[in-house]
Amino acid sequence: MRPILMKGHERPLTFLKYNREGDLLFSCAKDHTPTVWFADNGERLGTYRGHNGAVWCCDVSRDSMRLITGSADQTVKLWNVQTGAQLYSFNFDSPARAVDFSVGDKLAVITTDPFMGLPSTIQVKRIAKDPSEQTGDSVLTITGPQGRINRAVWGPLNKTIISGGEDAVLRIWDSETGQLLKESNNETGHQKTITSLSKSADGSHFLSGSLDKSAKLWDIRTLTLIKTYVTERPVNAVAISPLLDHVVIGGGQDASHVTTTDRRAGKFEAKFFHKILQEEIGGVKGHFGPINALAFNPDGRSFSSGGEDGYVRLHHFDPEYFNIKM
Amino acid sequence: MAVDMARAPQSKLRWGELDEDDGEDLDFLLPPKIVEGPDENGVKRVIEYRFNEDGNKVKVTTTTRVRKLARARLSRRAIERRSWAKFGDAAHEDTGSRLTMVSTEEIILERPRAPGSQAEEVKVAGDPLAAMGKAGAVLMVCRACGKKGDHWTSKCPYKDLAPQVDAFIDKPPTETTASSGATKGGAYVPPSLRAGAERSGTEMRRRNDENSVRVTNLSEDTREPDLLELFRAFGPVSRVYVAVDQKTGMSRGFGFVNFVNKEDAERAINKLNGYGYDNLILRVEWATPRPN
Repeated sequence: MRPILMKGHERPLTFLKYNREGDLLFSCAKDHTPTVWFADNGERLGTYRGHNGAVWCCDVSRDSMRLITGSADQTVKLWNVQTGAQLYSFNFDSPARAVDFSVGDKLAVITTDPFMGLPSTIQVKRIAKDPSEQTGDSVLTITGPQGRINRAVWGPLNKTIISGGEDAVLRIWDSETGQLLKESNNETGHQKTITSLSKSADGSHFLSGSLDKSAKLWDIRTLTLIKTYVTERPVNAVAISPLLDHVVIGGGQDASHVTTTDRRAGKFEAKFFHKILQEEIGGVKGHFGPINALAFNPDGRSFSSGGEDGYVRLHHFDPEYFNIKM
Repeated sequence: MAVDMARAPQSKLRWGELDEDDGEDLDFLLPPKIVEGPDENGVKRVIEYRFNEDGNKVKVTTTTRVRKLARARLSRRAIERRSWAKFGDAAHEDTGSRLTMVSTEEIILERPRAPGSQAEEVKVAGDPLAAMGKAGAVLMVCRACGKKGDHWTSKCPYKDLAPQVDAFIDKPPTETTASSGATKGGAYVPPSLRAGAERSGTEMRRRNDENSVRVTNLSEDTREPDLLELFRAFGPVSRVYVAVDQKTGMSRGFGFVNFVNKEDAERAINKLNGYGYDNLILRVEWATPRPN
């Protein structure tokens, strides 16, 4: 395939998200400006100006009208996707790390980093349909996990929130009461910081990636470990294919290998695994730096990866991809 | 094709009356252009015939492959979004901006292979030209100096600076260990401390350079193999070098031979100085001021 290279960001990428219909791709980077691209040819549509810090995460509403972004400048902002206008800004006492719209886009879960003595929190905010009625109160605030919470997503029917972070423990919280429902344990769970979470298309299972060089597939209701995928590199980003039984894992490079490996340019790869057989299908090379973000197009026919090198690489699969036999 | 434009309605041409250099008007002698439409791989072939400068009939086959990068199955809402105005930093952008480009390299989903099979070699050989001048696609690796991107091994300008694996002397086979021995659980081991690393390697090379013999008054087409053949009679040779003019490809008339043993070098100097080789009298002496 001929990937399309998009160099709109001057700093490393942090997150990528497709809209529901798969025609827009939102990219967040450390350079303060989330950008939206057309997902078929990579043409840039616009940028959202307003943040003063690295943008860690974003999510787009189902109708592709609202974008929510979480940034290190201690704000989470709501944007009009079409015009780039900022609709509302939630203020926090510490950098915001992860954001996710609920099903129905009426609520959003936001995680904040531990900062200056404050613990990390998971907060739920109500999102009003009319931006002028938007208020900043939290419906729910959860504290408890030690260390940074790198990612939080809504569970099925918005009943639960799943979070994972630096303490390597995946937790399921009740979204109404804030009570901790389930936790991953030490033997089956990750051993190091969980960097990313990705839900399946139907929301019944999800994938977690960790710096312990593995990614694990879990049932979203019971938090039972289903599969484990082992790589040689710390995992920074994971994604599940909505079309085939594939998962893709992207990562960095172990610090001890930096001086001894032949640093041929373009060697960082996104590894494809068979979701059920746990076997490696192959790798797609090309990034000049560790891969920090991965996303599949909802139609499963293309995927994009964002790297430390500031590039977003958009790949449309060749016909052979759909015929891969294991 | 300009030739087509030049044709006015012609009266009946008699080939005997045509000038020699009017070959271009003889298009009617050429078979017609054939267009083989895009087949299932999107390959289109156009076969044209024309006359080249010498007046010969040439067949020109142009093969193009049209690839669709994406299937445009957009919903109605998505089509509306396609016509949104650009905003933010993209507002003043024209379509010529180079933020988005298609990779010149073909990237494949590389299937994992059993260890020991060559996966990379094939890919590198296939696209050497695309690597030139392209910032990221560095595929030219020089084995001599390890530098990447601007030259192949045979053209290495740093040939004499880099450690070479010479075929002339038998270096102990353990020199090329990659990850042997002291990898205590994957800890980093610097190359000089690895098993088989030649600690005295640099000393050896320095001594070797004191066994360096300069040969002058070489003929134009003398090359390294010639010198090697001439000097190996005196003992094992670690290195030969002939200075070659890059532009003309001819020897610049001098070269160097490094012996492993100094005594061999001395004997070579005594025997070959003044020796007639390829119509010229060789001058053979120590390269550095006489090492004593």
